[in-house]
Amino acid sequence: MAERPLSPHLQIYKIQITSLLSILHRLTGMILYGGAVLWVVWLMGLANGKDSYDAIQKILLHPVGLIVLLGWSLSFFYHFCNGIRHLCWDMGYGYDIKTVRQTGWFVIIMTILLTMFTWMLGRTWGFIWT
Amino acid sequence: MVELRLPPNSRITKGKTYPSASKGPRMKIFQIYRYDPDDKANPRMDTYELNLDECGPMVLDALIKIKNEVDTTLTFRRSCREGICGSCAMNIEGTNTLACIKPIDEAGGEIKITPLPHLSVVKDLVPDLNFAFEQYASVKPWIQAADTPPPDKERLQSKEEREKLDGLWECILCFCCSTSCPSYWWNGDKYLGPATLLQSYRWIADSRDDATDERLDELDDPFKLYRCHTIMNCTNTCPKSLNPAKAIGEIKKKMVARVGKD
Repeated sequence: MAERPLSPHLQIYKIQITSLLSILHRLTGMILYGGAVLWVVWLMGLANGKDSYDAIQKILLHPVGLIVLLGWSLSFFYHFCNGIRHLCWDMGYGYDIKTVRQTGWFVIIMTILLTMFTWMLGRTWGFIWT
Repeated sequence: MVELRLPPNSRITKGKTYPSASKGPRMKIFQIYRYDPDDKANPRMDTYELNLDECGPMVLDALIKIKNEVDTTLTFRRSCREGICGSCAMNIEGTNTLACIKPIDEAGGEIKITPLPHLSVVKDLVPDLNFAFEQYASVKPWIQAADTPPPDKERLQSKEEREKLDGLWECILCFCCSTSCPSYWWNGDKYLGPATLLQSYRWIADSRDDATDERLDELDDPFKLYRCHTIMNCTNTCPKSLNPAKAIGEIKKKMVARVGKD
């Protein structure tokens, strides 16, 4: 007898708001790790004086740099909001599946709003596109 | 361990097609996972066309019709056909549920049926659940009381104490939840999974049971309990509408609450 096959799992299981938001929490957590390195690089540029600061700003304000920053800010706010959701679960609240769906959508909406708000502040205060 | 692809012997190939002899206004295509251990071939997806006017309303009715009239070799577990035995748990249209209480009409288009995910397949839709039941036995799913009650008396509970078991005792051990859990897919050898943990909590929450501390000691391990990352696929898929994720959350809370107490 041949070795028994493994039944299909990830290949067939429907992507749902439950599993999708969970894996996004992981992914954004990993992106934040990279973002922290980027932040240190920026601080080092700042500490090294005007020339290095201008150089790092030029990279970050390049369209590609801006996309990276947008991804980082989205990741930050998603991880932040969903982290609060996780803390609520750890305290024993919000396990009802209807609540899980509602808080899930709430996290998505808040992530987008907070990111938009942050970028608007950046623009108003002249950090970006000056 | 995380393995995104199926091992080579498990990859699904295209199978046979069985058109329906009778035609009607309500035709339906079923794609069903087939694996024959006597055959050296990989699993395949066979396609069956059915006339729903000659078939019962549930997915299990369709499977039984196929087995009776089209292909007698089709193998699956079933018993009660009313959602109480947990035998016909399988993946239908991408989520785990009981074929007997899943209406065919709920699914639009072709209905894809595969065995419960990430288990070794014995034949067709029959997965090997031995290890899952071993894990279930490992939590000692029976009452452990300090005293022996007199033979002519019952162990009494207040209404409030009894209410704590609601949502727990109804579990029929179909393992839809455990096999919907990505964490159980990757670490199912050590992580107990939602079904077994819900059962464990059923005894932890029971006022008549005196082994709560021992039960918690047993679960206090990086894998057995704490591989639950609140993904919530379990609660989302439970055909009995129970909440394994909440039961696991309650166990985690009890773990924290007893720290420093002795």
